[in-house]
Amino acid sequence: MSRIIRPYGDTTGDGMVQLSFTLPVPHDKRAEGAALQLAAKMGLDGAMLVHAKGIGEGYTFFVVYGASTHLVNLDEVKVVEKDYPHLSPKEVNDAIRERLGRKLCVVGACIGTDAHTVGIDAILNIKGVAGEKGLEYYRELRVVNLGAQVAVPDLVNRAVDEEADAVLVSQVVTQKDAHLHNTREMAAAFREALPPGRRPLLVVGGPRFDEGAATELGVDRIFTRGTTPSDVASYLVHRLVTSREDAA
Amino acid sequence: MTAELPLDPAVVARARRLAAKAAQPVVDLARSHTTVSVERATLRLAGLTGADPDGIPWVNRLADAVQEQVGIDHGIALPVFHALKDYPDLDRLAHAAAADGVRFTLPEGHAAETAREHARAAVLHGFDRIDRSRSRRDELVAEIGDPPQRPWIYLIVATGDIYEDIPQAQAAAKAGADVIAVIRSTGQSLLDYVPEGATREGFAGTYATGENFRLMRAALDETSREVGRYIRLTNYASGLCMPEIAALAGMHRLDMMLNDSMYGILFRDINPIRTFVDQRFSRQVHARAGIIINTGEDNYLTTADAVDAAHTVTVSQLLNERFAHEAGLPDPLLGLGHAFEINPEVPESFRLELAHALLARQLFPDAPLKWMPPTKHMTGDVFRGNLLDGFFNLAGVMTGQSILLVGMMTEAVVTPWLSDRDIALQNVRYVLNACAGLAEDFHPPKDGFIANRANQVLGEAVDLLEKIVDDGLLNAIADGTFGIMKRPADGGRGLDGVAKRAEDYWNPATEELDRTSPDQDAEPMEAAR
Repeated sequence: MSRIIRPYGDTTGDGMVQLSFTLPVPHDKRAEGAALQLAAKMGLDGAMLVHAKGIGEGYTFFVVYGASTHLVNLDEVKVVEKDYPHLSPKEVNDAIRERLGRKLCVVGACIGTDAHTVGIDAILNIKGVAGEKGLEYYRELRVVNLGAQVAVPDLVNRAVDEEADAVLVSQVVTQKDAHLHNTREMAAAFREALPPGRRPLLVVGGPRFDEGAATELGVDRIFTRGTTPSDVASYLVHRLVTSREDAA
Repeated sequence: MTAELPLDPAVVARARRLAAKAAQPVVDLARSHTTVSVERATLRLAGLTGADPDGIPWVNRLADAVQEQVGIDHGIALPVFHALKDYPDLDRLAHAAAADGVRFTLPEGHAAETAREHARAAVLHGFDRIDRSRSRRDELVAEIGDPPQRPWIYLIVATGDIYEDIPQAQAAAKAGADVIAVIRSTGQSLLDYVPEGATREGFAGTYATGENFRLMRAALDETSREVGRYIRLTNYASGLCMPEIAALAGMHRLDMMLNDSMYGILFRDINPIRTFVDQRFSRQVHARAGIIINTGEDNYLTTADAVDAAHTVTVSQLLNERFAHEAGLPDPLLGLGHAFEINPEVPESFRLELAHALLARQLFPDAPLKWMPPTKHMTGDVFRGNLLDGFFNLAGVMTGQSILLVGMMTEAVVTPWLSDRDIALQNVRYVLNACAGLAEDFHPPKDGFIANRANQVLGEAVDLLEKIVDDGLLNAIADGTFGIMKRPADGGRGLDGVAKRAEDYWNPATEELDRTSPDQDAEPMEAAR
């Protein structure tokens, strides 16, 4: 099979894509011409303007179809491969009980001004997400969910008090890169407060993070869109139970 | 006319009695405590505005000084207006107090009477402003007119910059919105002061300030005339400064305010007692100002399951209704909330939504119910999202909802773009146009799926209310009954700003409000005792 691919409309290799956008001009012939020119500059060959509608005063919305002239080589695509085995809740509990011999403590929070607890709650609340129960459901995990808008120093203090093995932080608000600033601030605060051996595993999650940016942000792992509680639990067991044992 | 469900009137009456009984200890708590924000709201009504060079409002500086010296448990009006005899106005007194230059005492005898008279007169000025705003709204509605259709179409703007919000809000109104909500900056609910002046930088929203309120209301008055219907303006009386924001909203003629009885407790971890005290005062102000409150039951369904927890919405609506009635809000000002949040993968999810929406409609026939769009099950799949929003709009029309918050198919992706808003409004217009009168033809059978489901939810609500009456509402909140959040009464933010009222507690604003905002249901109250 070819490792070079193009988008698929209804025929292999047709390259067809659809896109929609708004231009800040009233709807007229010139606006439509501008939309087609933009499509051509974006690499669409033979672009068809299928819909144009004036919205508000001085704006026009467009839907354009066309063949992308770009190719993608699958061999050149870089992703963070999952480097740990996926475990069921029972396997997670068994691994912790048998090999760690105590409950594993997870402290979770939304930090900074972020009040959107939907991410951290999906992972931690027993209710869970996508048909999976959250980490509170795992008998061998002790979960402390601090909720929304937790100040970084409070999070660090609580993690120290609870002797947390891992800290989970969710960041949904991304205006002005708030999620990146908050994550860096949190990582720095933990580095300052605790020596390397005693620092909890730092895990952040949110829909707009780049999975590959963990080192740059100073955390151990980044989870993005589509992460389920068992993904996180499997990772925690891998890093805090299995791989530590292997190293010992 | 919407469909009629075969609800047993005795069960409905029982649900209301239980709600009144569950609410009563909390009402007693609210009546016997005060908070720093209630006291600051009183100063705002008395006309104190502005902030120090660090942006801390003078009401905070003055109230803090009094709290430090004599506490707030007697009410700060007497110490403040007694001290005022040596100063030309509240501004100058606040400046001096901030510089540690004022010794506050609780006056007695004749001095107390003089202070009391001055305080009363000053605060009545604030109520005059509220009353004038209310009559002005009535005049404008009479002159320009209400939206021609129900539900009213409610749209959100949220740029963070009031001067960006204004053209967006005006454009939204021209595109069909009847109600504009300016979302607040993330984090404002946890500020123990109200920022001052016009603001241009917020996170995912714009700060609620008196000046921002004034600017937006003036802009929408202009647009109202252009579009030929009075565009209502909404903001948030929630968080640690709920009473002050309510006072500002009343004086600046906002038309609706989000004001839930438990939202701050559950989702912002604000102390439950602080919330209930602040909420009672803010609701009394809203009653005086003719402001429609919007409650936040939709939020429970974003954390809990919308089918399993459907009855918690009903329970919360009944509690919100009781708290609102007690604070003097009549039914036409009760925008009780509910939402279209059932997982679309659940079989018969639309029929379940219809059952829940009709139940709310029938339990609260005179309340302007606020119908909230799907958020929890919106994904990045904007095409599916648009379809789901269409079903949401349809359910709203079929069940006679009063205020429809327009769903965005880009929910969970981006803050709405101009085009998202246009597509979403197109969706609403299509449904309103295609089946405006469908409610007339929609009569689910008396023993059918929808009727049975509504009765089941009502039954579960009664069971839960019984439990809450037995355990106490504060304990139920502590146990995670609502939205799965566990919030103990002695935890959360803002508890240090709460004080039990002393025997001689006196506040000219609460005195006036208690006099003019009578309990809307005298009978359930009796039954509750």
